Amino acid sequence: MEKVYSVPSTKHEVVGGFCPGCLHGVVVKLVCEVQEELGILDRTVCVVGVGCCCITARHWKCDVMNAPHGRAPAVATGLKRMAPKDTVVYTYQGDGDLAAIGLSEIMYAANRGENFTVIFVNNSTYGMTGGQMAPTTLVGMKATTAPFGRKAEDVGYPLHMCEILNQLGAPTYLARVSCDSSPNVIKTKAAIKKAFQNQIDGKGFSLVEIMSACPTNWGLSPLDSIKFMREKTMVEFPLGVYRDR
Amino acid sequence: MPKVEINSKVCKACELCILNCPKGVLALGKESNPSGYHYVTVVNQDACIACKMCAIACPDAAIEIYK
Repeated sequence: MEKVYSVPSTKHEVVGGFCPGCLHGVVVKLVCEVQEELGILDRTVCVVGVGCCCITARHWKCDVMNAPHGRAPAVATGLKRMAPKDTVVYTYQGDGDLAAIGLSEIMYAANRGENFTVIFVNNSTYGMTGGQMAPTTLVGMKATTAPFGRKAEDVGYPLHMCEILNQLGAPTYLARVSCDSSPNVIKTKAAIKKAFQNQIDGKGFSLVEIMSACPTNWGLSPLDSIKFMREKTMVEFPLGVYRDR
Repeated sequence: MPKVEINSKVCKACELCILNCPKGVLALGKESNPSGYHYVTVVNQDACIACKMCAIACPDAAIEIYK
């Protein structure tokens, strides 16, 4: 019998720290698979942000660095510029990290066209700190700091990071993908692989925004949260490749 | 004959594999693992076509497929 699907060797075999149904686990698995396929494990450094993305640190076999909240693109900039030329650097951030406190860092890293990859997991809430309202929370969606739902007249509308970064001149690759179903997971892997390949080819800044679910803080079962994603969050945040050159 | 192997220790019973399986091969089991989840078991091995959809969707990398 031949093994046709195996767990990537670039991932530590541990019981994951994520809640059941959290799609962070899928993204971690995909990034590990891409590292294995490109053969870059021994020269890769991951810069993780703060939040649920910290939990991924126990999964990576590559070198890991933890940046202060939101500052992962700034740390990755310094690392990429000073490390040996063939070092592959990527940041792994959530939406509370990248789109809220780290908005300035991601904008300027993208505007400079820094040659690293950003893996941005968007689950429309602050996961680890207890479900507070994030910049990407949908209008009307409940959060612990918005018990009656987000009101647009009070706190505005959700931030669309791919569209915002698409206004800049320097980025090379901007894509929004989803992990809600197996076919979409396959597309997500292709997007992540492209983002890493761009960096290896020296093309410049690549960002992959991955739509994810947070069953715990949305107060839904894993299957209901997938349904919520398809009906609400993936409508508000349309999938697609925003820039590829 | 394709075979699905589930690492019961890391399974968290999120049911995403069951959602993505086109042939109804998997179902939640009755026994629980050390983390306290009623992990997924194979109930209809003969129907499996090794499409890998369950393994691709699994967030905890608990599924391996043989063909």
